[in-house]
Amino acid sequence: MDDRQSKGGKRLFQIGSLLLLAVFTFLALFPFYALLLASFKPVTELLRFGLNLKLQPELLSWDNYRYLFSDAAQKYLTWYKNSVLVTALATLITLFFSSMVGYALAIYQFRGKNVILTLILVMLMVPGEILLLPLFEQTIALGLIDTYWGVILPAAVAPFVVFFFRQYALGLPRELLDAARIDGCSEFGIFFRIMAPLMAPAFGAMGILTALGAWNNFMWPLIVLRSEEMYTLPIGLYGLLTPYGNNYNILISGSVLTILPIIILFLFFQRFFISGMTLGGVKQ
Amino acid sequence: MKNTLEPAPNKTVNPERWKIGNLLFSQKTAPYLFIAPFVLSFLLFFLYPITNSVIMSFQEILPGERTFIGLENYSRLLNDHFYRALYNTTIYTLLTLIILIPIPLVLAVILNSKLTFARNFFKSALFIPALTSTVIAGVIFRLMFGQQDSALMNSLLIQLGFSPLQWTNNAYTAMFLMVALASWKWIGINILYFLAALQSISKDLYEAAAIDGAGPWTQFRRITLPLLKPVTVFVVTISIIGGIRMFEESYIFWGASSPADIGLTLSVYLYQQGFDYFDLGFGAAIGLVILFITLVFNLIQWKFFGLFKKEED
Repeated sequence: MDDRQSKGGKRLFQIGSLLLLAVFTFLALFPFYALLLASFKPVTELLRFGLNLKLQPELLSWDNYRYLFSDAAQKYLTWYKNSVLVTALATLITLFFSSMVGYALAIYQFRGKNVILTLILVMLMVPGEILLLPLFEQTIALGLIDTYWGVILPAAVAPFVVFFFRQYALGLPRELLDAARIDGCSEFGIFFRIMAPLMAPAFGAMGILTALGAWNNFMWPLIVLRSEEMYTLPIGLYGLLTPYGNNYNILISGSVLTILPIIILFLFFQRFFISGMTLGGVKQ
Repeated sequence: MKNTLEPAPNKTVNPERWKIGNLLFSQKTAPYLFIAPFVLSFLLFFLYPITNSVIMSFQEILPGERTFIGLENYSRLLNDHFYRALYNTTIYTLLTLIILIPIPLVLAVILNSKLTFARNFFKSALFIPALTSTVIAGVIFRLMFGQQDSALMNSLLIQLGFSPLQWTNNAYTAMFLMVALASWKWIGINILYFLAALQSISKDLYEAAAIDGAGPWTQFRRITLPLLKPVTVFVVTISIIGGIRMFEESYIFWGASSPADIGLTLSVYLYQQGFDYFDLGFGAAIGLVILFITLVFNLIQWKFFGLFKKEED
């Protein structure tokens, strides 16, 4: 791996690594190909023979996608709309509150600060399952069952996101604070007008990560959302998966259209995905 | 008990200074207003439910009626379903650790080397599975591992001279499906963690080592591995938490009850008892077991990595 390596060694490393990466890339991407292929095949074919790689061009058609946008599959479009709404709301709310908290933890000295930092780490270490049943009771008591707020509010201040914003805000230039104070800016004004714009990359990274999490969220919405017209995509698609596959035409093309926008977003905003994943965990 | 909506702790302000303008301008009070949402959310959505969870685990909960029953929920845990869930969870966690630590580490080292071709392409490609929800991953895996002889994996088995398998009906293949799904979905994320850590290692170290005559293997063993320790501990920690709380990988194949409990994990057991049988007290007890096991696993791991020794090495 350094200059002193022999030419042959380098070549061997290159070929070996290329082979290894090719194998794992194939394993990573092949399932998507399988799904895509299935989405163009008639449901009857899938039910009888299972998914196979026979191309059979005469069988391939857009029928499943056409069905998805027909009146018969109206519920899929409703779930899509719900997912977009919940994802957008959850992301905005989480970013708003978590950035404020993270910023304050980085910028101000105040009593109780270390207690809060410790609490955040504790929250990260505790598996959410032990909260499930009491939170369920609470959601009922607050009248939030089968509502989007019931899905969104418990995660409105996400410890990981707070932690990430704190790490980012530690690097903000403090001189701006004093300058703004002299100019008569309130503390909130400083945050919203001066510091938040400087944290744009952090908002980008956490926005994408929170949106991805909300879009894919399964367990909690499964518990909170009760009526079919309130379902988000993962819950709706899961419901189609279980009852003996009689809805496979929506399920498979619907799965493709659920993941496709995310992959396109990822290819455009890779930088934010990657910094969102890594910064919080590693830089400590 | 229900009244946890207390205001955030900013009571130190004098009454006459309680004007909104002052609050916003004061450097003393502003931080408390900033963190108020956290305090509120911590009390309402963390501290209160956790406390409640502990209390619930000692209660029998019927609609509108709670009775204190001491340790009965915990003694009820001593049954075959629970043992099976514990066994499955442990095996699953260990298998995911065995796969999801070394393989991503090696791939990250390869992706970090300048000699590797098309690094950015491979990095993105390997990450893409992490974007899918487990439900969609489950749709794909259920199709590929269909029961029919002509389904993808079975036809492959037949071609290789094996007999086809009923993938979702057998304990070994059930475990295989869950671990395969998790490995597929998480490998790219762990690669990213290792890659980020590798990129923060100074190049000077390798140059100095090369001058001292250290080959690539020695460099890897003496520089890369030790400097990767913090990120390894981090990745192992989150993998343990993720493994012990695993729910979705099982739930998408079998729902809350699988044949002969082959897919039963602690979280699925909790869900089944809590939400299908409405046995909230018993479910809460399972939740606390999950917490306890997570702590034990992580303490063992931290001890193994020497996290409790102060600055030796």
